[in-house]
Amino acid sequence: MRPYSYVRAEDVDGAVATLAEAPNAAFLAGGTNLVDLMKLEVLTPDVLVDVRRLTSDQVEDLDDGGLRIGAAVPNSVLAADRKVRTRYPALSQALLAGASGQLRNLATTGGNLLQHTRCVYWQDTTTPCNKREPGSGCSAIEGHNKNHAILGASEHCVATHPSDMAVAMAAFDAYVNVRGPDGERRIPIEVLHRLPGDTPQRDTTLEHGELITSVDLPPVDFFSNSKYRKVREQASYAFALVSVAAALDIEDGVIRDARIALGGVAHKPWRATKAEEALRNEPVTEANFRAAADIEMEDAEPLGGNAFKVPLARNVIVRTLMELSEEGR
Amino acid sequence: MDAQITLHVDGVERQLTLDTRTTILDALREHLGVISPKKGCDHGQCGACTVLLDGRRAKSCLALAVAHDGAEITTAEGLAEDGDLHPIQQSFIEHDGFQCGYCTPGQIVSAVGMLEEVRYGWPSHVTEDLNVEEIVLDDEEIRERMSGNLCRCAAYANIVPAIREVLER
Repeated sequence: MRPYSYVRAEDVDGAVATLAEAPNAAFLAGGTNLVDLMKLEVLTPDVLVDVRRLTSDQVEDLDDGGLRIGAAVPNSVLAADRKVRTRYPALSQALLAGASGQLRNLATTGGNLLQHTRCVYWQDTTTPCNKREPGSGCSAIEGHNKNHAILGASEHCVATHPSDMAVAMAAFDAYVNVRGPDGERRIPIEVLHRLPGDTPQRDTTLEHGELITSVDLPPVDFFSNSKYRKVREQASYAFALVSVAAALDIEDGVIRDARIALGGVAHKPWRATKAEEALRNEPVTEANFRAAADIEMEDAEPLGGNAFKVPLARNVIVRTLMELSEEGR
Repeated sequence: MDAQITLHVDGVERQLTLDTRTTILDALREHLGVISPKKGCDHGQCGACTVLLDGRRAKSCLALAVAHDGAEITTAEGLAEDGDLHPIQQSFIEHDGFQCGYCTPGQIVSAVGMLEEVRYGWPSHVTEDLNVEEIVLDDEEIRERMSGNLCRCAAYANIVPAIREVLER
C-alpha cells in the first residue's frame, strides 16, 4: 500500500474543504472496498479523509412520509430496520443478499453506493483497463466477460456496478443528498451513477470533494409490495450475475404502476423504464410480464461470455413479477 | 505517516504508535502479539481475521487501526471468562468443528457475533418472513449467516451442529 496522510475532519464541511484542496485525496467510511483496492494499489490516494463519524448513522422518518437514511448507517443496520423491512422490503432483501455479515457491519450506505466495479481487469494493475488508465484499452471485451454488462456498455468499458443495495434504491426513485464545496445538492439516484461512454474512469456524476450525506426514499404505498431477487453462482456471498428489484401496484387484476431495476447487467443500476411503461394499465398475466421483459431486453448487446444473461434477466423479471402479483392482490 | 492510538483488546487498554496504513489485524498480530485472529486472504473474503469491533463482528483485515482509535476489540482469546471457555468454543471442541484449525478463531468469533445479531431479531437472506419477531435459527440460517467464514478443510458439517447446539442449550 502506498503511504498517505490520514485526516479526521471536525465536521462534513471540514471534510469537504480538506478534500477539495487535495486533488488525489479520498473519503474513507467503512473501508471495505477502498482499503482492499489500496492494498492492490488500484487506488492510490495520498490523503484519506475519514468521514465515518461525520454523517448521520440513523434511519429517520421524513415529514412527507418517506425515509432518510444517514450515509453512515451500516448495511446490516439498514437491512434490519423495521421501517425499511415493512415499507421498502426489496431494500432489506437486497442488502441481505450482498457480502457477508462481517462486511455488512462495516460497510456504510454512502460507501455502498460508491463502491467500485469488481471487473477483474480493473482490479489487476498488470492488465490494460480504460477505467483505471484511460486510453489503455479494455481487456474484458475480448477477455473473460461472463460477469460484464449486456446493457448500456461502450467500446471503452463493459464493467458492471456491483451493488445490490443501489438496485433497490433505483427501483424506489431514491434521492441522494450531497454536500460539496459549492453547498448541497439533491441528486436522483438515476443520475448519480452513469454509463461508461468514452469516459469510463468516471463511475458517478459526483465532483471531486462532494460527499454523500444521506439517501431519501420517497413515500409510495405500493413499495411495500416489493421484492429483490438475485441470481449468483453460489448460494451466498457472491456478486450478482443478474438481480432484479421490483414493486407492483395492482388493483382489480390490473397493473396500476410498476418499478423494475436490474443489477449485474450494466455500469449502473439499470432502471427498466421500457418494461415499466409496457406494464402500466395492463392486466396481470404472465404473458404481459414476459412481453414487458422482452421489450426491455431488445436493447441487450451481450459479449462473448455473457449471452446467458439476456434470457436470465428476462426470466428473473418474469418470476419476480409473478411472485409479487400473487402476494400483492 | 505515524499515528498514536489506543485500542482496548480483550479488556486490556493498549497504546500504540502505528503507520496509518496498519490494519487492525496487523496491529493485533504484529504489534501486540495477539495472534488468534488469522491472516488468510487479507482481502476481506475468508473471515479468518474476524473480531468483534465495538461489539459487532467485522473483518479486521479491512479496518484501518487509525480509523478505529478507542475501539473495543474482542478476539477469540478474549472470549473465555475466568478460564472457562465460551460455550461456542466448548461446542466446537465437542463437535470437532475444525480440522487444521486456521479458520477456527474467526469462525468462533463470527458465531458469537452472529448469535447476538439473531438476538436482536436481524433477518438474513434466507429468513422467509422479513417481519418475523423472533428468528428461528435452523441449519439453513446458520449456513447463510456464517457464509463469510470459509473453511478450506470443509469442517462445515461439524461447525453447523456446534453452533446449533449452543442455541439449543
